[in-house]
This record gives sequence, structure tokens and C-alpha cells, in this order.
Amino acid sequence: MAALISCEDLWKIYRLGDVEVQALRGIDLLIREGEFVAIMGASGSGKSTLMNILGCLDKPTKGCYRLQGIDVGGLRADQLAEIRNRRIGFVFQNFNLIPRTSALENVQLPLFYRGLPLRQQRALAAEALARVGLQGRENHYPSQLSGGQQQRVAIARALVASPSLLLADEPTGNLDTQSSLEIMAILDHLNKVQGITIVLVTHETDIAAYAEREVVMKDGRILTDRKMLSGSSALSVEA
Amino acid sequence: MPTYLLVTALTAIRILGRNRLRTGLTMLGIVIGVGSVIAMVSIGEGAKAAVAERVASMGTNVILILPGAVTTGGVRGGQGGVVTLTTADAIELKKRIPLLRETGWGRRDVMQIVNGNKNWNGTVNGISPSYLTIRGWSFTGGGPFTQQDLDTAARVAVLGQTAVDNLFEPGEEPVGAIIRINHVPFRVIGTLAPKGQSAQGMDQDDVIFIPFSTAERKVFGTYFLGSVGALFASTERPEDLAPAVAQIREVLRQRHRLQPDQDDDFFIRTQVDIGKVHEETSETLTAMLLAVASVSLMVGGIGIMNILLVSVTERTKEIGVRMAVGATRRHILIQFLVEAMTLSLLGGCIGILVGILGARATTVVAGWPTIISGETVAAAFLFSVAVGLFFGLYPANKAAWMNPIDALRYE
Repeated sequence: MAALISCEDLWKIYRLGDVEVQALRGIDLLIREGEFVAIMGASGSGKSTLMNILGCLDKPTKGCYRLQGIDVGGLRADQLAEIRNRRIGFVFQNFNLIPRTSALENVQLPLFYRGLPLRQQRALAAEALARVGLQGRENHYPSQLSGGQQQRVAIARALVASPSLLLADEPTGNLDTQSSLEIMAILDHLNKVQGITIVLVTHETDIAAYAEREVVMKDGRILTDRKMLSGSSALSVEA
Repeated sequence: MPTYLLVTALTAIRILGRNRLRTGLTMLGIVIGVGSVIAMVSIGEGAKAAVAERVASMGTNVILILPGAVTTGGVRGGQGGVVTLTTADAIELKKRIPLLRETGWGRRDVMQIVNGNKNWNGTVNGISPSYLTIRGWSFTGGGPFTQQDLDTAARVAVLGQTAVDNLFEPGEEPVGAIIRINHVPFRVIGTLAPKGQSAQGMDQDDVIFIPFSTAERKVFGTYFLGSVGALFASTERPEDLAPAVAQIREVLRQRHRLQPDQDDDFFIRTQVDIGKVHEETSETLTAMLLAVASVSLMVGGIGIMNILLVSVTERTKEIGVRMAVGATRRHILIQFLVEAMTLSLLGGCIGILVGILGARATTVVAGWPTIISGETVAAAFLFSVAVGLFFGLYPANKAAWMNPIDALRYE
């Protein structure tokens, strides 16, 4: 499989007043298309910073990040926006749906910014909602949906633009066990059946167990990077 | 892009509709601003039109020549202090200046006029027949006197509306009646349509016209035959006024044998000069009112900016999400600009209605004339668009230049 993500010696240094914070200290990471990778680590280990850079929301201070062969470091803000729009789908811990805006419109958002005709936006968004099992809820507002449903809307929004990379930042962090299982089942299905590359940040080992590869970070460096034998089948969660 | 704008505008309306009180209060500034601009301009335009109407009531393209100040042995007389103009001047001017359509002359005096048991102290004007056409008087009854009446010093009179009202009972027919001016009997041969106030605020209808020769020989008396109070002339076209004035000056200086170092012994005024003074006054007033109204429009704009800044801060997270799913800076910029414009446009439209109602109310309550022109409404509309754009730019820019991560993490 071709490399989707390739990071070489990534550094991210923040300056807070006089204090210099080295969030990332030389990350080398290669993720191939179709992989399901879990990034684990304690808070402050730099996993969120890495996630932001992988998601083209932030740029590394030093080093090279290539997404599908494109050197992201040299792009302008609007080019980054286009990459986020077409190649990356985000799923956040707190769902980040736009309030008082229907599920359908939330899912339409990436297509809206891509400039597709309205009719096509609606059709694709409705289809994406159906894929996460939310047909019939198109006109519900986020506040009328449960946490698990909201996260499924967020996944539909991430999927609707057919990205090559899905970034999930603690997607089950705010969910109960049952909903977590449902969400992970959806992600697992997307990866196994549709071949979407998923990078998942979590600190829950049972969630990370869905992945087939586990990258553990500590103090801005990669501590371990190992393949896991059988992905989700290794897991047995007593719900 | 058109789809984007449309959807953004609809979203903006929905968002603004969610918080009606806030939206209403924000718009109020613009409503008051635009409303007062419209009301002020329409009052100003109305005043200007009223002045223009009064100036026009002088007649069209009128030139007025008044006797001037003459310095005799170091003593300067005032305007009209010396009689320097004659009927012969008027005839000569007409002969030598082809630009002039007509020339006329007149002298006036205030006299007691008696009709039966009524009497009235009015302005009697001894005039050439051409005067009435130059000044654009029209008749409601009877007609003007003729050159023959002038030649024979006929005792005939033409009455203005005020004179008619004061000398005759309602319903009494003035034409054909005999009135006495300074004990001399005159036959009324015509009545004039009212003109109302002059540009100076004088009642133009308080007049009685009699032939000039009759006036100087039988009523006023004279310094010398043919001396007049003022000369009048008119041109065919307004653009002829300036060259005609120059030529009149030349001819009169020649006829009065003035040396190059001597001042003119006459004054020349045109309708344009007279109109200009009044127009300037009303324009100054309009400008002042407009300045005050513009300030309130500014305040309205600042209100929009203020609310938009609050809105941008409140929706920081939303901005972050939008950026994460692919909104460019321009998308965000346009989104907030459209919101600002929606506010200002909506406020502007309501303001236009309020302004029109305000102008109407001014006319009804205060009796001031007001004119609402399409240009005023269009200008106010464009102005409110500009206010939205100008005051929306800063908040919209602030939103557009947010860092996506900071915006996403904002709680």
C-alpha cells in the first residue's frame, strides 16, 4: 500500500512567554493507506499536537509532513483549507456540531464549502447520514439527539466528502459504553469494508484495541510503535 | 459562489431571527440613522423647492436694473438715492441688445386706494405694459392695458389678489369698477392670479398696476418725465442672462456718460443672483441637518460592529469547526459580512419607511413642504449598505483570521 502519511523529524515548539515548550520532538511516522492506527499517550505527551498537524490545522515548527505525497508545510492557509475539505475528515471528542442547525445541514457543510450544487449536497448528506444509521433524523437539531447520535452525525460529516483520512480525536471520550461500542463499530466498518485510513487518538486501551497498530507517545516522542495481531477481534468489552 | 451567498444570506437571516430583541435593538441605530437622513433631506429638498418656486414667481430669466449710488461732492448716496434710470434707457436697451426679449420699467409708491366705503393702503406700480409679461403675471379676469393706454395716460388699473380682497366684497366683480387712487378715479380692467410670497417674503399680490405715464403725470408726480424706479428685462434663455447683463452695463455706462474711473450709477441683479442666496441658505441648513443625521447613522454602524464582535466571540467554536471542515478565510469573512449587511439593509429598509413617514408627519404637523425623491431613497439605501460593509469588515476580519486550532479549542 502507498504511504498516506509520512512524517520526518517533526518538531513543534510553542513559546509561552519566556518558557519554550517542545510539544513534538522529532517524530518519524509512516502510515499507509487503509491502516487503522491508534495513537496513545498520557495528556501532555504531544498526541493532540501531532493530530492537529496531521489534520493540517497546524504546521510543524520543523520537519516535513507529506499527505499523499503533498508537502503540507509549503501550503497557504486557503490551500490547507482545501486539503481539509477534500482529504481529511475530523471526528472530535465533543462532536463539534454547529448548534441550532439540522443534522443534514451539519453534514452538508464540507460540500457547501466545496461549492457543490445544493441538491447534490443534500443527496450526499442524506446518504452519509443513512450510512451511520440516522435516516429519518435529518431535520433534528443536535440538541434533540443523544451523544452517540451526535457523534454519528459528526462521523457522517467527516465521511460525506469521501476523505482519504479520518482523524478521530478521542471520539468516545464523552460517550457511555454502549454508544462507544456503536461508534467504534462504525469506524471499524469504515476501515475494514470501505478501506478508509483512520488515525484515532485515545487513552482508553479497549478503544485502542480496535486498531491494528498502536503508537504510544511520551514527551513529544514516539515511545513504541507496534502492530496488534487481530484488531477488533482481540477485544472483549463486557457492556 | 452565488449559491454560497444565497445560503449564507438565508443562514444569516435565520441566525438574526433567533435573537429578535438583540437584532431589533442593533437595527434600531440604523433605522433611526437612515430614517433621519431621509426625513432631513426631504425637508431640505422641500425648502429648496419652495424657494425655487418663489424665485420662479419673479418671472423667467428676469434682469432687474436699479438706480445706483452716486457720489456727489464726497457724499455717497445709497442704492436708489438718485434717479438715474429712464424710460429712454429701457427703449434704447431693447433696441441695442438683441439678446433681450423684452424691456420694461416701473415706479412704485404706497398710496391710499378707495372703493366705495372700503379703502386700502397698497403698493401702486406705474409700469410699461411689457412689465406684466416679463414678470409672468397671468389674469383671472379682464386683461392688461395696452401701449395706447400708456400713450394716452389712460386711467385704468389692474389689481393683484390682495388688493381685490381688501377693496371688494366677496363675490363683487372688480373688473369694470371705478376705484380712486390718491383721489384720482381709475377703471379696473383686469385682476391678476395670485403669486404668493416673494423670495424675500413679501406679499407679491398686494399690488395695483397702472400705466407708467398715468402714474407720473396724474398720481405720483415726478422729478423729470421718464425717470423710473427700476428697469426690467428678460432674455429668451437662462444662459443668455450673463452676456445680457454685461451688454446692459456697457450700454448704460455709455448712455450715462460714465468715465472709465467712475462707478456704475446702477445695479444689475438677475433672478439667478437672487435665487442663489436663498438656495445657499437652504443648502447650508440641509447640510447641517444631514451632518447630524449622518452622526446617528455612524452610531448605528458602531452598534452593528459591537454586536457582531460579540457574535464572533460567541461563535468562535463554530468558526473553528467551519474551518476544520474546509471553510477558507474568505468563506468566514463573507459569512460575517453578509450578517452585517443583512442587519444594515434590513435596518435601512425600515429606516426608509420611518423617514418617509417622518417627512409626511412633518408636512402634516408643521406644515413644512417636504419632497422625497427616488435619489434620496436610493442614496440612503446605498449608504446603509456601505455602513454594513464598513462596520462589518472589522468583526468579519477578526473571525476570518482566527487560528483554526485556537478557535476549535475555545470554550
